[in-house]
Amino acid sequence: MPAVKSLYPSPDFSLSPRIDQVGVEERASRFTKRSIKKETKLNGLKLVLNMIDLTTLEGKDTDGKVKQLCYKAMHLHDAYPGLPTVAAICVYPSMVKVAKNALGNSGVKIASVATAFPSGQASRDVKIRDTKYAVANGADEIDMVISRGKFHAGEYNFVFDEIAAIKEASGDARLKVILETGELGTFDKARRASDIAMHAGADFIKTSTGKISPAATMPVTLVMLEAIRDFYYATGKMIGMKPAGGISKSKLALHYLVMVKEVLGEDWLSNEWFRFGASSLANDVLMQIMKEKTGIYQAANYFSVD
Amino acid sequence: MTDKKITMGKTLIKKSSLSISENGLEKKSSSKRLEVLKTYKIYIGGQFPRTESGRYYVPTNAEGKKLANVCLSSRKDFRDAVVAARSAVSGWSGRSAFNRSQILYRMAEMLEGRKAQFIDELILQDSTKAKALKEVNLAIDRLIYYAGWCDKFQQIFSAVNPVASSHFNFSVPEPTGVVSIIAPQGDSLLGLVSVIAPVIAGGNTCVVLASETKPLCSVTFAEVLNSSDLPGGVVNLLTGKVSELASWYVDHMDVNATIYCENDSTIQKMMREKSAMNLKRIIFYDKVKWGTDEGQSPYFIMDTQEIKTTWHPVENIAGAGSSY
Amino acid sequence: MPKTISKKKSNTVKLKFDTTWKYAPAPESKSAATIKPQYDLFINGEWTKPSGGKYFDTINPANEEKLSEIADANATDVDSAVKAARNAYEKVWKKMPAKERAKYIFRISRIIQEKARELAIIESLDGGKPIRESRDFDVPTAANHFFYYAGWADKLEYAFPNRSTEPLGVAGQIIPWNFPLFMAAWKIAPALATGNTVVLKPAETTSLTALKLAEIIQESDLPPGVVNIITGAGATGAAIVNHPDINKIAFTGSTEVGKIIQRAIAGTNKKVTLELGGKAANIIFEDAPIDQAVEGVINGIYFNQGHVCCAGSRLYVQESVAKQVIRKLKDRIESLIVGDPLDKNTDIGAINSRQQLETIHKYIKIGKQEGSEMYESSCALPGKGFWCRPTLFTNVAQSNRIAQEEIFGPVLAILTFRTDDEVIEKANNSPYGLSAGVWTDKGSKIFNMTKRMRAGVIWANTFNKFDPSSPFGGYKESGFGREGGLHGLLPYLNLVG
Repeated sequence: MPAVKSLYPSPDFSLSPRIDQVGVEERASRFTKRSIKKETKLNGLKLVLNMIDLTTLEGKDTDGKVKQLCYKAMHLHDAYPGLPTVAAICVYPSMVKVAKNALGNSGVKIASVATAFPSGQASRDVKIRDTKYAVANGADEIDMVISRGKFHAGEYNFVFDEIAAIKEASGDARLKVILETGELGTFDKARRASDIAMHAGADFIKTSTGKISPAATMPVTLVMLEAIRDFYYATGKMIGMKPAGGISKSKLALHYLVMVKEVLGEDWLSNEWFRFGASSLANDVLMQIMKEKTGIYQAANYFSVD
Repeated sequence: MTDKKITMGKTLIKKSSLSISENGLEKKSSSKRLEVLKTYKIYIGGQFPRTESGRYYVPTNAEGKKLANVCLSSRKDFRDAVVAARSAVSGWSGRSAFNRSQILYRMAEMLEGRKAQFIDELILQDSTKAKALKEVNLAIDRLIYYAGWCDKFQQIFSAVNPVASSHFNFSVPEPTGVVSIIAPQGDSLLGLVSVIAPVIAGGNTCVVLASETKPLCSVTFAEVLNSSDLPGGVVNLLTGKVSELASWYVDHMDVNATIYCENDSTIQKMMREKSAMNLKRIIFYDKVKWGTDEGQSPYFIMDTQEIKTTWHPVENIAGAGSSY
Repeated sequence: MPKTISKKKSNTVKLKFDTTWKYAPAPESKSAATIKPQYDLFINGEWTKPSGGKYFDTINPANEEKLSEIADANATDVDSAVKAARNAYEKVWKKMPAKERAKYIFRISRIIQEKARELAIIESLDGGKPIRESRDFDVPTAANHFFYYAGWADKLEYAFPNRSTEPLGVAGQIIPWNFPLFMAAWKIAPALATGNTVVLKPAETTSLTALKLAEIIQESDLPPGVVNIITGAGATGAAIVNHPDINKIAFTGSTEVGKIIQRAIAGTNKKVTLELGGKAANIIFEDAPIDQAVEGVINGIYFNQGHVCCAGSRLYVQESVAKQVIRKLKDRIESLIVGDPLDKNTDIGAINSRQQLETIHKYIKIGKQEGSEMYESSCALPGKGFWCRPTLFTNVAQSNRIAQEEIFGPVLAILTFRTDDEVIEKANNSPYGLSAGVWTDKGSKIFNMTKRMRAGVIWANTFNKFDPSSPFGGYKESGFGREGGLHGLLPYLNLVG
């Protein structure tokens, strides 16, 4: 699908959006007051599991490590049958082929980071080739990073064109655009970056690389969800959301689901439009599911750490 | 533990669970059980380390009886304490004033609960039972007094200034930062509380040198602080010699103000000279009678506050007029 | 398969908030709360039977079930309470050193904190407000109010330059049903801190938390008679207002009753403060942070079922962003849950009484008759009890009754404006003047607006914010006198030169 640069009129990206930080944080904390119990909790936990992009992005990753992660992705906890799989695994481009062989027809997608992840400090040519390499090896999804330096320098056209070019290089793969909100600093900037990404062709917008702190937070995710909502109203096009990094507890993941439900509604409550970028979250969710099933608080040793 | 129920004017004091006999360190109890002696350490960053110098000194009471082996703190302890105090500034001054008031009140609750222990220590340090009780009660009440000021002094000392141009202009007090304090030598509990409370009520952090001759209460007071939800580093307490440490207290470049409570004019002169290096504020409380009402007021808080004034335009639509 | 780019026009695009993933009931357990089957009057530190022997029922507006029986104080009982308060004032409270007075008030605050959960449950049962609000707002703020004012007791010499202070004596206080415990704190705390004694009458539909507060006051060992809590309806209130030995009346309630009180005390030496109704204007400019402004509007009118004197019940939205804002408001109200006040997920609880619900329905009917368009959320309503969905009216004109009269329910009137001076004029064009809201990102505009609004509390880029240190009170027919902060001490003191 070709990049869509001028299908809808773009806003003027040099104008700073108006977001009140105190108001955002108040609204975000309201979602955490929802009480999620009984079948809501169990169904929510299963939904969370199915939305996870199980991730390994370390310099020391090997074929063996990725194969084991893929097995876990497909067999989260065989002791309790009927559990869903995760949505995808997320790896470096060099690991995509291994993952593809390991995952087979399981339905678990392969997301690959690309474009000189995590810094994004490389030439356009290198980023395009990085992307094409991952796609050629079988990636279903590409998680790219924006050029934060160019963004802060005010070169919004550069940022826009880069995203459009990577969208083109991704071919049929869905493109997630990582804003690295922790480096952007304010909600105004996160909103602006979200708008640029969506107009330039992103299929998903994503908070973070997970390599710096702060990574995903509820307030910044709220800002991005509202950007998605406004974009949907303006164009009719759905964009997906992926908060990544810093979500390791089920309770927090359920708060995020509440936020998606109350800001965007039914259509976004599936892994086609919402993902969690996480590694240890899966086991915490499994522990909570087992607690719901048995009524007993669980311990970490009863769940595989791959 | 004191009885919580206070009927008008009467308080019930139960006997202390520490049976420290009149002979100080020589324990002679009527039962066969051997008492566990307390080690008097210093308080830095919410922890109780010993002095890095490994030295000690032995203060004595008026009759020459030894009180304890007390840490003889060094300039390095002071240096470490300033680091702890500095890193605690943004957290402590960033809390709501109301939160600070709750914490100071909690300090009073904790002190009330440990009254008997402090009375015993004051008696060891040459007080009488009646005077000690009075001193401890006053210290508790003074903490409550300053707890109440945390979120009110701003309303008294701030201003909206009616400038002649079309601007909203307001002035507010802000904490100066890290304050080094040489506490009063007498009034070893009350004096200590009286200098610390206004400083932290105003959002500052501090490094305090306890009374050299009567250090016991200050170390026990650190335990009260530690159990009061007060973040580590907000108050740091050292024991040692004024003559050794005074100049370090006053010439550290990362200290914003120094408070000195005695009237040694040589030290006072030295302080004024050395403070010039970073223009730290020098405050002398050498004439204050801590045991009276004169020993507490919001002006003590203002001594470690700076005034910040902010301007912002007010556009003029639907009415004539300049400033707010 | 990713969705293809739809060619749908944007006005047919709709979000679906009624999702498959629904919230299961999350009821707060009532077991933490104890409600006696009958309550007497709290006079002189003891529970006393009403001299007329009469009691009335108090019900839970969420299911119309009876919770308890409340004593009906008559003029004799009022007289006993005032005598107790006078005696306590002259013999004990006036003479007590201020710092000791403070410690009692600190104790009350701490005990409220200890019993917070029980108080929150009872507040929701008796008045209908969501447990989340009682738990997170009403009870903690009430405790904080006592704590803040406790600190003033021994510092009054600093509060008013060149003046020393004297308490007034006995204060008669009458509070409404919308924030029962919170209002009790607003009244009692400053009165005690300044050295006065109190006779307080809670609203007849919501007396329980005030009676629990009486138990807490007993537990704090406050000298008998310093605070007296007597229950009853309008007649009891009138008896308090008319009692000759009361030095000060403090009233929060409707403007109508406020005027009655002001007439009743004419010719006496009684001081009075009144905190009455409002019809606050909430103004959204085109350069506002729109999503946060929408949230602020929602909080402003739907919080506490709209039973708030300072509710932002008139929205003025600049015409250039009106469509956007209205669409966002309509989306936002879809996720508001109307339901059992004891369910932790409820956003909007029960309407406080049948009468109030009838009043709200009356205004909704008037609004429709006046030609405005009504829109309400599609949420489900429980069966028994008094309920109202969050409602908004668009195409409202300044001259519509729903834009002028206080409805005191979850009903928002939306009007548009074009220029700054137009909205200033329209916002001020009301006999009320309690509060106002201004939403714009531009600092200089904020201060111009806050300067021009004739209201006692202006919220810029926020709404419904309260703090013990922040003075609250109205202009014009919204009343006079301030509660909170340093200014909140004045109504309870004589300043002596």
